[in-house]
Amino acid sequence: MKTFLKKTILSTSICLTAVTGSALSYAAADEVKVGFVTFLSGGAAGPFGIPARNAAELMIESINAGKVPAPYNSAGLAGAKINPIFIDENSKQKVADYKKLVQKDGADIVVGYISSGSCKAIAPVAEEEKKLTVFFDCGTPQIFEDINTKPEYLFRTAAHATMDNVAAAKYVLSIKKDASSIAGINQNYAWGQDSWRDFSASMKKLKGGVKVSTEQFPKIYAGQYGSEISALLTKKPSIVHSSFWGGDMEALLIQGSGRGLFSRSQVILTTGETAMQRLGPQMPNGTIIGARGPNGPLAPDNELNDWFRKAYFDRFGSYPTYPSYHMVQAILGVKAAADKAASTEQNKIKSALKGLDFTTPSGNVSMALSGGHQAITETAYGTYKYNKDTGKGTLVNIKRYAASCVNPPANMKSLDWIESGFKGANCQ
Amino acid sequence: MLTAIAIAVDGLGFAAWLFLSSVGLTLIYGVMRILNIAHGGFYALGAYSSAWAIGLYLQTGSTVAFTYLLIPLSAIAVGIIAGLLIERGVLRFMYGRDEVLMVLVTYAIFLILEDVTKIIWGTESLVAYQPAYYLGNIDIAGIPYTVYKFALIGLAIACAAVLWWGLNRTRTGKLLLVVIEDREISSALGINVTLFFTVTFIIGATLGALGGAVTAPQISVVPGIGAEIIVMAFAVIVIGGMGSIGGAIIGALFVGFARAISVHLYPAAELFSIYLVMAAVLAVKPYGLFALSERRKI
Amino acid sequence: MTKNLDRTEKGLIISLPVLIALGFILPEWIVNYIQVSLGTGLVALGVMLQMRAGLVSFGQGLYFCIGGYAAGMAGKFLGVSDIFVLVALGLFASVTVAFFAGFLLRRYREIFFAMLSLALSMILFGLLSKLEVLGSTDGFNLPSATYLGWAPEGDTAKYALYVATCIPTIICTILLNRYLRGPMGYVGEAIRENELRVEYLGTSAHRAVHIKYIIAAAVSGIGGVLWALALGHVDPEMTNWTTSGQFVFVSILSGTGNIVAPLFGTFILEIVRVYAVEASPNTWQMILGTLMLLTIIFLPKGLWSLIQKKKAAISTQKMAGSES
Repeated sequence: MKTFLKKTILSTSICLTAVTGSALSYAAADEVKVGFVTFLSGGAAGPFGIPARNAAELMIESINAGKVPAPYNSAGLAGAKINPIFIDENSKQKVADYKKLVQKDGADIVVGYISSGSCKAIAPVAEEEKKLTVFFDCGTPQIFEDINTKPEYLFRTAAHATMDNVAAAKYVLSIKKDASSIAGINQNYAWGQDSWRDFSASMKKLKGGVKVSTEQFPKIYAGQYGSEISALLTKKPSIVHSSFWGGDMEALLIQGSGRGLFSRSQVILTTGETAMQRLGPQMPNGTIIGARGPNGPLAPDNELNDWFRKAYFDRFGSYPTYPSYHMVQAILGVKAAADKAASTEQNKIKSALKGLDFTTPSGNVSMALSGGHQAITETAYGTYKYNKDTGKGTLVNIKRYAASCVNPPANMKSLDWIESGFKGANCQ
Repeated sequence: MLTAIAIAVDGLGFAAWLFLSSVGLTLIYGVMRILNIAHGGFYALGAYSSAWAIGLYLQTGSTVAFTYLLIPLSAIAVGIIAGLLIERGVLRFMYGRDEVLMVLVTYAIFLILEDVTKIIWGTESLVAYQPAYYLGNIDIAGIPYTVYKFALIGLAIACAAVLWWGLNRTRTGKLLLVVIEDREISSALGINVTLFFTVTFIIGATLGALGGAVTAPQISVVPGIGAEIIVMAFAVIVIGGMGSIGGAIIGALFVGFARAISVHLYPAAELFSIYLVMAAVLAVKPYGLFALSERRKI
Repeated sequence: MTKNLDRTEKGLIISLPVLIALGFILPEWIVNYIQVSLGTGLVALGVMLQMRAGLVSFGQGLYFCIGGYAAGMAGKFLGVSDIFVLVALGLFASVTVAFFAGFLLRRYREIFFAMLSLALSMILFGLLSKLEVLGSTDGFNLPSATYLGWAPEGDTAKYALYVATCIPTIICTILLNRYLRGPMGYVGEAIRENELRVEYLGTSAHRAVHIKYIIAAAVSGIGGVLWALALGHVDPEMTNWTTSGQFVFVSILSGTGNIVAPLFGTFILEIVRVYAVEASPNTWQMILGTLMLLTIIFLPKGLWSLIQKKKAAISTQKMAGSES
């Protein structure tokens, strides 16, 4: 009995010293701790997590050294250096990890989360913990529409995924006006299902009488799409929509283009941009490519973008893809807000970030929805063309869609807005 | 009709791939009674090394034809290096331990291999599609298929034939069957069981790596592909009966056709078609279709 | 009364106030890991229970998930947030499913039991991933728990939930310990040793396995409810084979020597993972794998054997002391 009590007390005190010892190391006043949560392992690490982490590393170094072009040429966040803590999003205890990041590691700001599932779980916790949290990449519109309707501490600096698929529908109809049937091949999880639902609903609204010939939902990371491609080839739809990303998308490109899928149907890849650099000649000409916003080759011409592309290329040997752009968007949003508030105190940053308009390598971002907590941006789509002389793929026939054209107005849920026939959309 | 032909070809193609990806697992289980989760790691290593070797080789501008040699060579290299290291370095200290504990051991090895591939090749995807295209296409009922897919079907049949011949028609193979039947008696009869285990593990590892290596040209090789293959391979060999080569063939055909049928006729069921087949088969034949005989000790 | 309690049970009863007190003393983030570990630890307990009978369930996530989803759906569709009702619902749902699935599974042993339980859990995974009304793979969020009409907020809510997690966990553990010490518990070990002999002795091994399976499902279901409430979110990942695999690994790593081993093991593994991620965010899997390998090689009976060895050492010391 006694030994048991002794042991408990002993182990408790060991735990306590171990814990408090590390928790006491508070951040110095001229330094701000930012926790970054992205996928560092698992299937989403290569295409999303690592490019985002790379962009974060580059931006932190450049911001701390004051090397980012205007208007971000002051060093640090309102003068305070960024001290990053990276953790892996690939974990089963996301909420406990988040709390540890905030409470033990003492993160002043948390920037992160790629998977919509993680975002859903973290959204209420951020408010509970009263910690400034910026989602940088996850796409589900439910975050502010259903889960966290009165956000205080939570922000998202990337537009949600509705925009991608509404714009995709508009673009594909401008290219293929006589489309009579559509088909989808999307991963069998929330992202793929949502993307296909938004795209097919938009198509039906934009062009009455369009038929759905087949809806393929292979398992995520399946890698082998022989049967699905055969099914798409036998059905011969005018348009094939896919929100595949990363390795799955590249596998679909390799297997599909080998079998003529891309010449039989007009294929649209909403995240195709990440494969452009690597696949080059293997990507069929005429494929419609998106980048989840005006990112990568769809980014506008501005000084920030030129600087970012070059700096990224010099450091990592490849051009940044859209997850990197999304990360930059989040970091610059926080910097813009901190500089505006002239403070790194989270309450001041948070009030400054609310409703803020700031400029990024992907153009203007405005925190317009959900009481100034959800960003909208313009978006763009283009058609792939491989240039044999330069050995590089380019996008031609780029069309831009204003933020107000492809995003719902502030008081409307995304799906209701599509079903209403894009009420209040302003497409100039 | 068109759909029926497509189902037949797709099902066969997928089954061939499944067989190539799972036969190493069933071989190791049959001989060593180890349910080898590190199989997924071998698969990933094979895929990475062959994609990497093909990429390096093609940078020299030489003809694609020789890449078909590189694929098996990289698989053999992975099998020998990784297989030998793991069997001699870790597993041999564990023989005779509980089967479940061995699952855990190989899982730990799998976790380590995952990060090893990440350290060697980074997290960016590798693509080496040239071998898949070089052989061209053929049309079947108006649907183009790559010849590479048919080459894989041929390779799967050849693999099965060689394994069958090796096990049943050679002296070594027959000795191996004795080892499978009773480990203790065979070692008492003077058979070098340890050597058999080492060689079997290397062959199993090579087969796992070969599965990855031949798949590499069709996909984009990314971190995490190893984890995907494990459950699929388990399902295949459990349906067929664990440890049986013939069972792996039947299991692959079952799963391959189940998937092809669901994709063409009812895509919504694709995600769990494999598990439905597995549950259905096990409900009728508890130990798989071609289970090895198991004596119950009283 | 106390005469009937064995050492483990006495320890457990004392540990309850200690555990609750820890909730107030330790920093919140670590309490958080304790809380989620209690939830998943209960599932590992269910796995261990079956392991005592030689059955390795690679699909225990099924009941973990059913418990969590039952509670979540009651909250989402019926607006129920009372913790007693939620736990009861989770328990009921998992026991019902286990009762029917048990008729199938009780005929299987060894790796086939493992694979069939895996298949069942993956079928649920597939179904849930398809159901958009339940948020598909993203899952959905749970309401904050209430207690017979009392709805605490802020820090009070956190402590209340922590205490409400500790109590059922300890009760379940004590009950399971009782069960394992009883005749039905020993039948399990007999089945592992030699099933035919058990049958010759006139006990139905099938029936014993069935009951064991249902009990394991019951604790896993409760674990699922508690874990889901702690997290505030459920998703189909709960029934994915990787989750079930983790439960198996925890039970093996911690050893089947004592009923509390899986609870401790879950927490230790969690903390090791956290520090591995902190030390090396890019290669933490490798660290975890190496540690697992070393544990298996040097502590084949699991982490618990460390404590047992120590106990043995202490008792021999005491004996030596009393002699001198």
